[in-house]
Amino acid sequence: MKRLLSALVHVALVSACAFAVYPLLWVVMLALSPTGPGGSARLLPLASAPSLDNFRAVVGWGSAGASWLFARQLANSLLVSLSTAFVAIVIATPAAYALARFRFIGAKGGLRALLATQMFPAVASAVPLYLLLDVLHLLDSRTGLILVYASTAVPFAIFQLRGAFLAIPVDIEEAAMVDGASRARAFFLVVLPAARPALAVTALFAFMSAWNEFILAATLLSKKTAYTLPVVIQSYVQEQSTSWGPFAASAILVSVPVMALFYVAQRQLVSGLTAGGVKG
Amino acid sequence: MRPPDSRKALGGLLPLLAALVVLWPARALAETVTLWHSYRGTEEAALVDLAKAYERAHPGTTVEVLGIPFEAYAAKLEAAIPRAHGPDVFIQAQQWIGAYVAEGLIAPAGDAFPDGDIAAFDPVSVHAVTSSGTRYAVPLADKCVALYVNDALVPSTPETLEGLLALPMRPGVYPLAYQVNNAYYHAPLLHAFGGRLLDDEGHFAFTGEAAARSLEFARGLVVSGKVPDEASGALVKELFVSGRAAAVIDGPWLAADLGDAPGLRYHVEPLPLLAETGAPLRPLLTVEGVFVTPAGAARPSARAFARWLGGEESSLARATRAGQVVPRVAVWQDGALVRDARLQAFHSAAARAEPMSSSTAMQSAWEPANQAIKKVLRGDVPAREALLEARRRFLDTTRAPPPAASPWPAFLLLGLLTLAGAAALLRRVRAPAFREELRRSISAYAYVAHAVLAVVLLVVLPLAAGAATSLFAGRETPRYVGLANYAAILTARGGPLLGHGSFYLTLLVTILWTVANVTLHVAIGLALGIALSKPVLRLRPVYRVLLILPWAVPSYVTALAWKGMFHRQFGAVNALLAALGVPPVSWFSHFSTAFAANVATNVWLGFPFMMVVTMGALTSIPKDVLEAAEVDGATRWQGFRLVTLPLLAPALLPAVILGAVWTFNMFNVVFLVSGGEPDGTTDILVSEAYRWAFTRDKQFGYAAAYAVLIFLLLAMTSRAFGRRQGGLEKEEAT
Repeated sequence: MKRLLSALVHVALVSACAFAVYPLLWVVMLALSPTGPGGSARLLPLASAPSLDNFRAVVGWGSAGASWLFARQLANSLLVSLSTAFVAIVIATPAAYALARFRFIGAKGGLRALLATQMFPAVASAVPLYLLLDVLHLLDSRTGLILVYASTAVPFAIFQLRGAFLAIPVDIEEAAMVDGASRARAFFLVVLPAARPALAVTALFAFMSAWNEFILAATLLSKKTAYTLPVVIQSYVQEQSTSWGPFAASAILVSVPVMALFYVAQRQLVSGLTAGGVKG
Repeated sequence: MRPPDSRKALGGLLPLLAALVVLWPARALAETVTLWHSYRGTEEAALVDLAKAYERAHPGTTVEVLGIPFEAYAAKLEAAIPRAHGPDVFIQAQQWIGAYVAEGLIAPAGDAFPDGDIAAFDPVSVHAVTSSGTRYAVPLADKCVALYVNDALVPSTPETLEGLLALPMRPGVYPLAYQVNNAYYHAPLLHAFGGRLLDDEGHFAFTGEAAARSLEFARGLVVSGKVPDEASGALVKELFVSGRAAAVIDGPWLAADLGDAPGLRYHVEPLPLLAETGAPLRPLLTVEGVFVTPAGAARPSARAFARWLGGEESSLARATRAGQVVPRVAVWQDGALVRDARLQAFHSAAARAEPMSSSTAMQSAWEPANQAIKKVLRGDVPAREALLEARRRFLDTTRAPPPAASPWPAFLLLGLLTLAGAAALLRRVRAPAFREELRRSISAYAYVAHAVLAVVLLVVLPLAAGAATSLFAGRETPRYVGLANYAAILTARGGPLLGHGSFYLTLLVTILWTVANVTLHVAIGLALGIALSKPVLRLRPVYRVLLILPWAVPSYVTALAWKGMFHRQFGAVNALLAALGVPPVSWFSHFSTAFAANVATNVWLGFPFMMVVTMGALTSIPKDVLEAAEVDGATRWQGFRLVTLPLLAPALLPAVILGAVWTFNMFNVVFLVSGGEPDGTTDILVSEAYRWAFTRDKQFGYAAAYAVLIFLLLAMTSRAFGRRQGGLEKEEAT
């Protein structure tokens, strides 16, 4: 019975993986096809004459200037996305903690307002944002971009972290404080480690939102050397034609760091069991 | 608490300061001319080299070239130029002249294009960059479609389109392929029948006998299997490269993409004649030119550079290196160009092409025209009916903005509300209990201060400003119209309340969309998250990384891959169905299947997020609780429903609620996969809002009214939900 169930779980997981991976095989096929899509009515996405030419073109293989530019843009992307995750967490964590632990005037209204920001489509807000960053002298700077991305990620981060803090029993914190720790010490030594899985999810989310964004980045940055990678990827799309090969190849390249990051983060997702330190 | 990223802020400020230090003296001593463009590939490379050549020839002038992705290009120009952050000169297609003049983004070309230069350019290109007698750009390149012919399949090209279509072909080979359901590619046929998309006054002219005949002709091509249906640019290219289309109609960009495709021998010629009318198929002509912004017009160096960029040296370089069809007459005497049959063909195609209208009405004409073409090709309605409807829709979206309203009622209301708010606040503050509470709250405010500052400044303020635009209408001179935009939306613009594209019908689709997606996201994410949390599971890390992949790869690429998978003839989904013996489905022809395609794509994109959230949430549940449930003899399902789920719920709820809100406003999947097909029925509220802002001639006020209505709907729903369930605001239980 147990074996049968386990086999069923594996069958389900394998089908889910097939569902997850199959469309990506088409992207891989595009990236490996130097002449473009091979899209006849086929089930298996196999490139007819696979080559790495598209990948070479994207990273500027063979041209020192082009590969240097690609490296800088990759570095920009990493810098902007990691900073976004860091800034978002730093801003959101104390706020989420206060919203989970303290009763104060405006807490309810604040939560409601945070949710409200997520409900408003940003369809007419690009120009006001541009004006605002102009006034703040943050145009054409990665700092401005990071602050915008981080602020946008903060509402979700607060909700996610508040949920995690609520799930951590107050007892373990109070126990630490009874033992003589200050609230800050208890927070850093007890609460924060227990919330590690949620912190990992939140950071991953903030990172992702910055990692793939290109409209704001292209609008706010006005130097090629300051561009992030999504801006570069998007430049393969023209009004009448898309360079599918490099487009797909660069999309695959930018997802590699994300997979690496997830691989690191998933440990946090399984080992964050410190919450059980004080049981019951 | 000190600002969290003061070091980073400093690190960001340094380049800014450096830029200032470099730029200021540069402006004073050596002239710097900034040029923006959205070229890529060889066109970009040629442009960058030309800028260097200009610097060498003109010591003291530096040219800064910036390439911007096409998707963000127009928006960036419109944001930057009015605020003096724009370029001196930029390259854009001539059909934007009407809009840019109205918005003050460009100045007349002036001495960048003096009268003496007129004779040096092709007349059709000069005409294209001229509006109301003023020249607004120096023409750089002509873009129009022509006929690509596979030499192996077509030994000698017939003179007429009908002759080409009648050529005997092997099974599986189309005599002709082009993007048959796209108005831009349909235009040559339309012109051959004597019709037009837009007349000289900017009125919708895609109507009447000629237009109907052109559509019936196109439908005949598809029905008889001479031309593939639902062809995208990528598919046209693929068919041509693989020898499955003997000829294709496409622009010079195809040649750039073909590169040196192995084994393909082809040539290009102007479009053939249409035997039925004896007229040539005349394509639409886009003339890319270099425009001078108001800032650039004030600087002789910028004007001189613009003139030089359209000059002979530059034209020859762009033609030979980037294959641009340059409208500079003298260049075509050059030996290299005389021998280039492909460029010559495009050049003669451009000479007989019809310049695209530069009226702002053009922007509003594409959507109704495309919808009409698609409807006729699907056989949904007769051509005449579809065209009449297209005209109605064009007239509806280009309706004159509502009359200006007096702002006094709004001021009065605002004043009263402020007073009432102040009074309420005062009363609360006076209460002694409040002061006590406030005193206790102060310490908490230190925790939330920077979150409040960041979110209010960079999120709430732009959104509020966006919301305020909903009270305005009119493009050149926006004027206050009160609630007229809301009134128009809520009365379905005077049409039937559940009519095509009405707010209420779109709302129903949006609700269906949200419910379907969130249900599937949560169900799949939860199931996988729980399955992957079992420590005994073998291969767990492998599954985890594979299942996260849809989230990891950028969605603007994968959504397009999904769209390709749903292609009727060449998509993988229909290939799978065929393997199972199911006849092919025309996915984007029916609401139900197009909707399903959108949902499938969005579920694929979204389930990993719910899975990760579930995995994170599961770690907070002590193992012994779950084990205790099993020992108690609960079945797995009971254990899940009575123990696991209630424990998971608090941690999952924020993600589920926000997921629902995000899905409600998830426009890019709808845009990229179905594009609203069929006939705009799969559009959701937010994609409708984006259409008003970007494909219906930038009616930002109307789009903002949609955004506010979406916001109010969601806010009221969450309020009602919150009352019943406790929602997000649920106070801590312990």
